[in-house]
Amino acid sequence: MGLEILWFLLVTVLFVAFFFLEGFTYGSGILLPLVAKSDLERRIIFNTVGPVWGGNQVWMITAGGAVFAAFPNWYATLFSGFYLPLSLILVALILRGIALEFRSKDENSLWRALWDYCFFIGSLIAAFVWGVAMANLLKGVPIDANMHYVGGFFNLFTPFTLIMGLLFVLLFSYHGALFLALKTTGEILSRIKKIFFPLWLVIIANYFAMILFLFLETDALNKTAPSVALTVGLLVLGGVNFLVGFGRFGFAFIFSSIGITAVIATIFTGLFPRVMVSSLDPEWSLTIFNSASGPVTLKVMAIVAIILVPIIIAYQAWSYWIFRKPVDLNELEY
Amino acid sequence: MDQVLLARWQFGLTTGYHFLFVPLTIGLSLLVAIMETLYVKKGKESYKKMAQFWGRLFVINFAMGVVTGIVIVFQFGMNWSEYSRFVGNIFGIPLAIEALLAFFLESTFLGIWLFGWDKVSKKVHLLSAWLVAIASSLSSLWILVANSFMQNPVGYELVGNRAELVGFGKLLANPYFHNQFTHVIAGAFVTGAVFVISISAYHLLKKNRVDFFKESLRIGLIFGLISVIIVGGIGHLQGQFLVKTKPMKMSAAEALWETSDPAPFALLAIIDQEKGQNKFEITIPAMTSFMSYNKFSGEVKGLNDLQKEMEALHGSGNYIPPVTPIFWSFRFMVGIGSLIGLLVLLAVYATRKQILEEYPLLLKLLFFILPLPFLANLFGWIMAEMGRQPWIVSGLLKVDNAVSPNVSPAAIWTTMIGFSVVYILLAIADIYLLAKFAKQGPEDMDLIKEPNLAEGEVSLWA
Repeated sequence: MGLEILWFLLVTVLFVAFFFLEGFTYGSGILLPLVAKSDLERRIIFNTVGPVWGGNQVWMITAGGAVFAAFPNWYATLFSGFYLPLSLILVALILRGIALEFRSKDENSLWRALWDYCFFIGSLIAAFVWGVAMANLLKGVPIDANMHYVGGFFNLFTPFTLIMGLLFVLLFSYHGALFLALKTTGEILSRIKKIFFPLWLVIIANYFAMILFLFLETDALNKTAPSVALTVGLLVLGGVNFLVGFGRFGFAFIFSSIGITAVIATIFTGLFPRVMVSSLDPEWSLTIFNSASGPVTLKVMAIVAIILVPIIIAYQAWSYWIFRKPVDLNELEY
Repeated sequence: MDQVLLARWQFGLTTGYHFLFVPLTIGLSLLVAIMETLYVKKGKESYKKMAQFWGRLFVINFAMGVVTGIVIVFQFGMNWSEYSRFVGNIFGIPLAIEALLAFFLESTFLGIWLFGWDKVSKKVHLLSAWLVAIASSLSSLWILVANSFMQNPVGYELVGNRAELVGFGKLLANPYFHNQFTHVIAGAFVTGAVFVISISAYHLLKKNRVDFFKESLRIGLIFGLISVIIVGGIGHLQGQFLVKTKPMKMSAAEALWETSDPAPFALLAIIDQEKGQNKFEITIPAMTSFMSYNKFSGEVKGLNDLQKEMEALHGSGNYIPPVTPIFWSFRFMVGIGSLIGLLVLLAVYATRKQILEEYPLLLKLLFFILPLPFLANLFGWIMAEMGRQPWIVSGLLKVDNAVSPNVSPAAIWTTMIGFSVVYILLAIADIYLLAKFAKQGPEDMDLIKEPNLAEGEVSLWA
């Protein structure tokens, strides 16, 4: 296997890990106004994600760093091209990150209300804009012969990319609801249970809309791998509702993780071997070959990643094990 | 303003802001780990309280460091796409390793440290504290490997229009990196130490929890004394190294326009960058030669000669960095460092003689130095990065050719205003919380208060 292909695979894995791990903490933030009605209940939500959100977010930073090291041209074109949307994500992440840490450190109720809102809106914007950005990679954006994005801000928002943004919000909310169902009890849990079914219906409708746009606006469905990923996604997301119905939230959480993985896999396998499609000329698309670093860099980074990533997964899994129980009212840190 | 200048301002402001929090994270995490070690070894509850009290302040600061750090990771590509294409092969490696090796460790184990007091054993909890501290230091190691390549590129070959890596080991063997890392990390330790010293001095002045803060102060002073000696010593070696390898930066820091032997040291100077001379200066004869070579003779090259050398090497152009800010940053950095060193030394002496509390003036001074290490860090950073101008990668790529060509000034203005507003508001919230918890002392450590319900619960959506 070529080093470029290995790195494409690794970057895909990093994005998958980011979206299904940080996805449920985004979802918890998006659901905050719906499932928590009092200060104590909101604190419980903050404390469910408290021990893990920071570590989850690092998957995104690592994905960014890995793209920089392994595919500098992809990094340069993507980040300079999607300048304003990414700035929006940054502001959203700043607000929600600080909200998590600052929210309960003062008893003033306006202070708390403001940070609650920041956690909600920050999670919502980040999830939505990531969906829009991912869709644009595959749909194609105006990239010229010198690998420069030559479109504007609003070029990035089309019906297809908006549908993907919405799908990210909904999927993460569902995923977050499952996480919260595992971590909470009482009234919060009963509110969450009421959300699952309507949310599921919208997700399925949205998923079909995504398939339609993938068919109309991209070439992903001409290939086998994305079609398989899309089908797997549909099956697990279709099935997850029944697991929820039987109260098997743990299994359902695994299913929604697979569902998110399938959507990301559809995008990345649909792209392969491109990493950003040019809508001006297929020849100008960025590929894993014309955007990659030299062989020495790829080799060094491959060795580092292959040693470290399993260790990271091991200790993160262990930290999830430590905090496996529902949040205890006597041990609220946030 | 043109794009390059705007992009530079944006990077300078966001990175400078980020660099307020990072050194404290590095220094304070180590101090908290030391306090918790004392708790586990000696079994005294007061040390646990100490780790928790300083740990809470640490966590508030840490959050600010993390969120402002994400901006930096994105910004290389956002504003500096051509730079990213040119150095990605090399610069991306330490950045990715920083995330894999340091950020994961830091964030995951901070989660365990913060939420795990009753969930993991004492020893595992202590291990978490140390892993957070070690990871914080590791992260500065990797970012300085990256920065050192910009300052003094090694281990690369030019392939087409970009630098490709030749050997990973060469990046780590960069002598610029060794000096820079030791100096910066020791500066971060000083920052953590002064933070603890200063807040402890405040409470000792108020006669509040005297035993608790005397012990905190003692730990801070020992740690601070060792660190401040390292900062100064390495700083001196670093200066000597720069005279040899990056003379342009060092001569700018000394505002030395003409090559001299022996070279004088300017205490203060009014600099005329256009004419290439100082309008006015007060100098100590031969002092720069002494600092460079440990003897009162020895040639130090002036900026005007260095400019000619650079033109011979790289073609016509202006290769002299902005002298005034570099000259003064250098002086403020060294001045502040010396002042801190002096006060710490005095306080150590007074503590050993057990007379510190009889000198409220000294305690007051120790309190008022709180902002100084933060300023010294910033000045050192300004000197290092402005001293690199007009290059973004020394000798290989100029700043003017590194910016994203497709990002409009309007877009940069938009984000600059956005970030500035958010950053100012966050600074207010951050300082408010730090001051509140610092003043409150170690009481009520386990308690997060219920909201103030006098006017009913506030919610923005219900």
